[in-house]
Amino acid sequence: MSGFAANARVVRALGMRSIRQTFRRPQLMAPILIFPTLLLAIQTGGAGGAVNLPGFPPVQSFLQFMLAGAMMQSLMLAGNSGGIALAVDIEMGFTDRLFSAPIPRYTIVLGRLAGTAALGLFASLWFLAIGLIFGAEIHSGVAGALIAIVLVTATAMAVGGIGAAIALRTGSASVVQGLFPLVLVVLFLSSAFFPNELMIQPAKAIAEYNPLSFVVEGIRGPIIGGVDAAELGEAVLAIVGIVALGLLLSARALRHRLRTG
Amino acid sequence: MPAIVVEGLQRSFDEVFAVQGVDLTVEEGEIYGFLGPNGAGKTTTVRMLTTLLLPTGGKATVAGYDVVKEARAVRGSIGVALQEAALDPLMTGRELIRLQATLQGLPGTEGKRRADALLERVDLADAADRRVGGYSGGMKRRLDLAAALVHEPRVLFLDEPTTGLDPVSRKTIWEEVQSLNDDGTTVFLTTQYLEEADQLADNVGIIDQGRIVAEGTPDSLKTEIGNPHIQLQLAEGSIAEAEEICARLGKLLPPRDGRTVLVEVENGAADIPRVVRALDDAGIAVESLELVRPTLDDVFVAKTGHHLEKDDQGEGEAEPEAVEA
Repeated sequence: MSGFAANARVVRALGMRSIRQTFRRPQLMAPILIFPTLLLAIQTGGAGGAVNLPGFPPVQSFLQFMLAGAMMQSLMLAGNSGGIALAVDIEMGFTDRLFSAPIPRYTIVLGRLAGTAALGLFASLWFLAIGLIFGAEIHSGVAGALIAIVLVTATAMAVGGIGAAIALRTGSASVVQGLFPLVLVVLFLSSAFFPNELMIQPAKAIAEYNPLSFVVEGIRGPIIGGVDAAELGEAVLAIVGIVALGLLLSARALRHRLRTG
Repeated sequence: MPAIVVEGLQRSFDEVFAVQGVDLTVEEGEIYGFLGPNGAGKTTTVRMLTTLLLPTGGKATVAGYDVVKEARAVRGSIGVALQEAALDPLMTGRELIRLQATLQGLPGTEGKRRADALLERVDLADAADRRVGGYSGGMKRRLDLAAALVHEPRVLFLDEPTTGLDPVSRKTIWEEVQSLNDDGTTVFLTTQYLEEADQLADNVGIIDQGRIVAEGTPDSLKTEIGNPHIQLQLAEGSIAEAEEICARLGKLLPPRDGRTVLVEVENGAADIPRVVRALDDAGIAVESLELVRPTLDDVFVAKTGHHLEKDDQGEGEAEPEAVEA
């Protein structure tokens, strides 16, 4: 077996473990699906009239607009949960088992990210299904849905990289868990739940440059309208940036962990 | 070629030296017992030898590979079962062993075959599809051991494999370790249990405050500090005469109480009849008699001036070979 194939097997095995771990630990699964679904239901039911505000982008329904936000929230929390799970692995010594195996150490992080990506994929399918069941249209059809799925999956992996870096650096599940509110703050300071055009300063300025806004618009675009190449390009660039940041921080944290034990 | 060679190995954390210049050699096929109290530097040494921690000084090779420069080759040659069994409570035993097989690069079918065989070997076949979280302490240690063996490593590191286990589980682990060693696996075993080192190890290194204070076979270490002694429990009133007789047969040791005579003898159990006969000829009744050999704790005390920590095993107690008179 070639080195690449062997490493791919390791990533797959660790990714599968990561997924099983999430499904077997309800406290990890709950924030990824239940919390965003409840928030989606509450916001759509309570603030549906927002679509009539002047300046609100043309959408079929508030649910259609909110789907991208719910997916973002879900994938952000999946990344956070992935970080918590990795920190738990460190705390209970499971990472020692991985670090003492003859595998490249990046496969350990990639395995975790593969699991987070799979959860992102699951979340995108979940929310697209909810949208379709409750009458939201995917304006760009199957192609638009596929774009949204790919972007959500990739972003889950990217955000998971940040979670993994924090877990590797701190080795503490409670520290990673403590970032939960911060995840929501960063998300609320983007266009995930409200159009940027209707925000007031300084939130408007922050949201305008928040990389998550670019990703949200990339996901939302094909759902509420057509596929915009520029919008899509910006989303991909933002994801690449988050991936690069996550991998850089993870690599540094990993080196630090091995130096300090 | 030795399985492990360590020269001047050091590790400091900020200004604190956890390991300060450890030298040791472990031959192929040997069980090496690394004995020391909590915080002596055992685990830090093992973590360096298993490439989990970089040394801050010195060098070490395991299975012929440098632990820093050839870390990946080291990791392919060793099996590791660390102090706290590194098990995911949400996985089943079978999933864990199969994951370990994948980590060690075994093909899928071979990994499955070895996983099944190992689960059978450590008597976990019936519990293999249960989640590890529901296993007892002994089952977890056996699973951890099985996972460490999946790729048939040349050198096996066991960091306090029986700490916290009940005597039955402890004995099961000992038998398994002995059996592995009989099959040719070199075992590096850290322990704070004297009996464990004594029972299993071909050679023992005693570490205290980050330094090796004594090294050798358990017998040679014990012999180094003195011969065994006979402990005689006598009826009151006969002590003085008994001491006078015993002093002619061996070296009289300071008495523990008013009814006990301690006499160091050269030939151990072979000297017992001689002592009993002499006392009997003098009409002195012996209530009980024990041959007491020096223990590794005696060695530890002789080398460091203090006892190993006494946990749940009554360590530090002499090992009596009771012989009723």
